[in-house]
Amino acid sequence: MSPIDENRLHSDPGIDGHAQSRNGRAPEPERGPRAPAPGATPQQRDRARTIFQKGAPGRRAFQCAGSEVPDVDADTLLPAALRRGEPPRLPELSEPEIVRHYVGLSKRNFDLDSGFYPLGSCTMKHNPRLHERTAALPGHARLHPLQDPERAQGALELMWRLQGALGEVAGLPHVSLQPSAGSHGELAGVLLSRAYHEDRGESRRKVLTPDTAHGTNPATVTMAGMEVVKLATNADGGVDIEDLRAKADEDVACLMLTNPNTLGLFDPNIAEIAEIVHGVGATLYYDGANLNAVMGLSRPGDMGFDIVHFNLHKSFTQPHGGGGPGSGPIAVSERIAPYLPVPVLVRGQDGAFDLDHEPDGAGSRSIGRLRGFQGNYGCFVRAYSYICSLGGDGLKDASEIAVLNANYLLARLREPGIAEHLPLPYGELCMHEFVLSGGPMKRALEIKTLDLAKRLLDFGFHPPTVYFPLLVEEALMVEPTETETKETLDSFAEAIAAILAEAAEDPEIARAAPYTTPVRRLDEVAAAKRPVIRETLVGA
Amino acid sequence: MAQASYPDELLYHPEHDWARIDADDPQLATLGITWYAQDALGEVVFFDPPAVGTTLAKDASYAEVESVKAVSDVIAPLSGEIVEVNEALSDNPAMINEEPYDGGWLVKVRMSDPSEREALMDAATYKGTLAG
Repeated sequence: MSPIDENRLHSDPGIDGHAQSRNGRAPEPERGPRAPAPGATPQQRDRARTIFQKGAPGRRAFQCAGSEVPDVDADTLLPAALRRGEPPRLPELSEPEIVRHYVGLSKRNFDLDSGFYPLGSCTMKHNPRLHERTAALPGHARLHPLQDPERAQGALELMWRLQGALGEVAGLPHVSLQPSAGSHGELAGVLLSRAYHEDRGESRRKVLTPDTAHGTNPATVTMAGMEVVKLATNADGGVDIEDLRAKADEDVACLMLTNPNTLGLFDPNIAEIAEIVHGVGATLYYDGANLNAVMGLSRPGDMGFDIVHFNLHKSFTQPHGGGGPGSGPIAVSERIAPYLPVPVLVRGQDGAFDLDHEPDGAGSRSIGRLRGFQGNYGCFVRAYSYICSLGGDGLKDASEIAVLNANYLLARLREPGIAEHLPLPYGELCMHEFVLSGGPMKRALEIKTLDLAKRLLDFGFHPPTVYFPLLVEEALMVEPTETETKETLDSFAEAIAAILAEAAEDPEIARAAPYTTPVRRLDEVAAAKRPVIRETLVGA
Repeated sequence: MAQASYPDELLYHPEHDWARIDADDPQLATLGITWYAQDALGEVVFFDPPAVGTTLAKDASYAEVESVKAVSDVIAPLSGEIVEVNEALSDNPAMINEEPYDGGWLVKVRMSDPSEREALMDAATYKGTLAG
């Protein structure tokens, strides 16, 4: 955490993207090779190249021995019209080049194994190496998804036991492991709710979501062909009960709620909320993204929720943050169970496990299959390993320490020098995460939350979630998780204090940050409007 | 436009929208978002205008504006029917940031209930809601 290197302040802006024609716009002129600017880091000097731009024709990593099988005329096997005319354009590299390419890419990455990653609502907790070992056992890793259930009894039993454990955490008895992401679990939940109402001869159109909801909630509702109705937030950061009463009518299918919500606050009115929602015949959906605050402490089923989704890749470890694979199982109440996705995992009287594709016979009310095969099995193994390692008491400890860590960090960030610039707009104590407002910082120090986030990268931290939830001005959403030490939390708080003190002297330092990353500040407008999604191969 | 500005001749809605009633035709209003709204959104990258003829209901969303931070609903300050949309924004949505009250206007509306304007705020009242 050294002070800023003056040489880097005006260094090369790193790798710039290729402009690409889109919507008929002329591409911007390409810049030629440049001499590295003084002070640029080696990674900033080394322009990122794809694997297709490396190597040379004919170069190989591995040479096959000559074949002893006689050649057969290809025409006798497959007509020429169905065969490709020339070989595919694959990269041609030596093995050291391949290894260096991927190791180089991994070094450009910031991940949880490199440093603190307090991305709010993402629960970036450590993934124990033990879980990688169990997931890599050949019986798990080499199991073919089309294996006959009779010969995959061990895997099915693991899924059965995982379903039981998740049902216990949720306080809801019926579980499907099929959804493969949080958003996929949400879609399953809204489709289940729709199926439930349709089965009762009702066609309800509206789904309520608080204005603090994760963006996936309204997106899910739209994708399920229903209408989003936003609920206001009260002064304490919870659901505005009067607004809920006004909007809860017979056309409401479901209320989607996150508790604790994205402000990191547990809604104490949950029993009243459940009563209002159930009173109009609607279902209550629990977005499990913030489950890490309450595992083993309170159960969504006891709060009155009908449907819960889990993010196994958040609350139950897993390497994540790079786009998956994820896993978003759902747990539901008795009245929702008949509509669960198929196939349903069942256990016969002889103790054998099987997959039932038609649980009600021909009159199945299931919403159907949500994906191929049974889900992301590797995630199941890791989640089950986690649950077995910790046990019920351990899961509760994990949640308690997650809440303790968040409150410790919050207290550090409410010290003088920070609190006046980054106040806490809702609540006093938080659950597993908290949201600060960078509004006063923007006005007094003239740096935005985005600038603070970018500058944190130079201090070796992944920035927290920024500009979400939308109702907090210049929001900074911090979730430290239970797996971070006090020393890490202290250094993060000190980095924030240092950046604010530095901005009071010279706001330009934060505005032009980061300086030490493989690429410097990116042009987000160009990235949104003219994304480069295609690389033209040399000579193509 | 770097400095906050709220012209006196406009009417304001709490969801940070403005309406300009046409001087010659009191049933015709031009709508847009305020300086505060565009500043909070950050750089606008897309505005997808609704079709001419679309009906607007006061206080309901009639379009979406996408910035580098988020996609946000645009709320109608008045009810009516769209008679014209700002086609120039499709190519240059940044006009919403640069000239929120001039080149960055969004739609023109034939008002269905001109008395709704009574519920909107003047510039001084709107500025009061932004303080603190």
